[in-house]
Amino acid sequence: MKKNNILKNGAVQSLLSSLVCVILGVFIGYIVLLFINPAGAWDAITAVVKGFFYWPAGPMRTKYLSETIVYTVPLLMCSLSILFSYKVGLFNIGCAGQYVAGAGIAIYSAIAWHLPWYVCVILAALAGAVLGALSGALKAYRNVNEVISGIMLNWIGLYAVNMLLSKVKSPTAETFHILHKNPSALIPSMGLDALFNYKYFTIAVPMAILIAIAISIILNKTKFGYELRATGNNKNAAKYCGMKEKQNIIITLLISGALAGLGAALFFLTDIKQWEVTQSSVPSMGFNGIAAAFLGCLDPIGSIISSFFIQHITYGGSHVNLDTYCSQISDLISSIIIYLCGFVLFFRYFMNTRIARADERKAEREKEDQAEKELIASESAAAEIAEPVEEEAASESPLPVSENTDGGDEK
Amino acid sequence: MILLIQYTLIFASVLILVALGGCVSEHSGVINLGLEGIMVIGALGGALAMKYMPSTTGAFAMILVTVVMAIAAGVIYSSLLAVACINLKADQTIVGTALNMLGVAAATVIVKALNTAANPNDHSSEIIYVQQKKAFLVNIGSFEFNWFMLIAVIALIVIAVMLYKTRFGLRLMACGEHPQAAASVGINVFKMRWAGVLISGALGGLGGLVYITAGVSQWKFENGVAGFGFLALAVMIFGQWKPKHIAWAAVLFGLFRALGNVYSGFDFLDALNIPSGIYNMMPYLVSLIVLAFTSKHSRAPKAEGIPYEKGQR
Repeated sequence: MKKNNILKNGAVQSLLSSLVCVILGVFIGYIVLLFINPAGAWDAITAVVKGFFYWPAGPMRTKYLSETIVYTVPLLMCSLSILFSYKVGLFNIGCAGQYVAGAGIAIYSAIAWHLPWYVCVILAALAGAVLGALSGALKAYRNVNEVISGIMLNWIGLYAVNMLLSKVKSPTAETFHILHKNPSALIPSMGLDALFNYKYFTIAVPMAILIAIAISIILNKTKFGYELRATGNNKNAAKYCGMKEKQNIIITLLISGALAGLGAALFFLTDIKQWEVTQSSVPSMGFNGIAAAFLGCLDPIGSIISSFFIQHITYGGSHVNLDTYCSQISDLISSIIIYLCGFVLFFRYFMNTRIARADERKAEREKEDQAEKELIASESAAAEIAEPVEEEAASESPLPVSENTDGGDEK
Repeated sequence: MILLIQYTLIFASVLILVALGGCVSEHSGVINLGLEGIMVIGALGGALAMKYMPSTTGAFAMILVTVVMAIAAGVIYSSLLAVACINLKADQTIVGTALNMLGVAAATVIVKALNTAANPNDHSSEIIYVQQKKAFLVNIGSFEFNWFMLIAVIALIVIAVMLYKTRFGLRLMACGEHPQAAASVGINVFKMRWAGVLISGALGGLGGLVYITAGVSQWKFENGVAGFGFLALAVMIFGQWKPKHIAWAAVLFGLFRALGNVYSGFDFLDALNIPSGIYNMMPYLVSLIVLAFTSKHSRAPKAEGIPYEKGQR
């Protein structure tokens, strides 16, 4: 029985390549820090990697762990949005805009229309879904590259949401606190806030995890998910099998957009942050979702871990010594990680060819060994057999032959 | 009115340069979605050159050094895309997107580090070049002529001639249409694609420099270039990958972008009382609509986005 090479396992390979990306990313970040100022570079990079461990064990550490988790929720949803569409061969970079649209509708419907939280969440998901479906329809019927339409919609969405939310802003450039205007729009926490020592910790966290599991089941265990993946693997083959590839494209981006919008609602409806109506660049949450999705090996469960990791180093970035460094070092590290993720396929290919070559060599050697053994065996066998045969042939063979021929003749 | 023309021309110059970059890269068979990041890095190169050149430098030397620095930065940065997409056959969409994010993050980190090193209380990501910028401008009456407008026109002509009239350009385009056929007549596809990406890096970097000197005298690198790299890609698609059409498309898009800057100068536009958000949205909205009507019969290079495999037929 041949021993199975552990490196051949797809999951192990993905894990390995992600780890390599992370380690290389952090290492390159360290080198950049060294260039800026060698003296404090080690402290800075350890601060980034430590994240909430910066605090001594106790309530503070729990609090910042919880904060990291709450920030992970929207990132997780964005990365689910990216990976869901990527499985179908679409790159939903419009995720950032769908996130913005979701945030806009969630905040506006909470403050201006005084709706309860679950309605706000659904409306936000719908807003994201509409933008996503628009991108999908343009792709399916007008052959517009979804990356470019997505980027355009990001900016359109940003300016539209800025205009919309200007109507519900406080005298500063930020929107009102939802708590002051409509507490019923806040996502309930059901005691989780006390448990995690953080007042913004709500049921949004378990909801996000459940959604990740649901997405995993839909993609891997249902006929619908299979059709979507088939469309992604080979559009024409899917078409010839009778799958409606245009419809699939639109539905995919619709779901993908809904996930992004949902993520924004689950974040902003905790009142943790207010929308700044003068912001002039698209929030990076959607783009960081790309990093999380690829780092999580395009697996919903992997995404949970990778989004947490990215928020972890982002939080850690705020603890670098700001007199010499800047907190964007974490952004730099995560963008390096995405760049390296582009090589993941190559890395796996490299690993597979290496293994294949090693196997081949082994097989060849085994074959040679086998052949040699057989040769030796057959020679020795031949020698063993040959001797008695010859002896027999010399002494006994004429007899049976004659017996045989005799018997044959008799019948 | 003159102001509108001036802004239209300068934004059109940016779009022409960057869209030509995208065009060359795609003709060689590589989709360059990283143009946005390349613009940021090119702008950074140019801005740093301006920052560290004494403001007494002659206009010609100033332009030359800044342009060369911007181009060099763009070329070096685009080689990251070339290595990943051509040699290592990585997914061009992911790598392009990564380069966009990396460009902004790296530029922010670098500028902040420089600012903080110069003055420990300065944590901004801004570079100011009021005096140095004057080297690029020539006042003709009330019209502010920018040398970059001329550079864009020259680049347009050079690229058009290069693509259609030279052996190099035709070979480059062959690699984007059918690399295996090109390889069969002895063209080195890898080399050609590298050339395409590096040229696009040069043009993208230059475009980034023009963008940050258009109308402003300081730049906050945290903001990147506001999707201009992608607008340029829309211009390229609208221009059907042909330099001449790209130029007209760029002027059209430049006009819409310029409106956002100067609409308050027009009485009738001001009277309409449209919120500024609408004007800011305009270039993106227009490009989306235009793409919806022109992409159906797009004549994209056939082999773009597909990594070249030697053994494949």
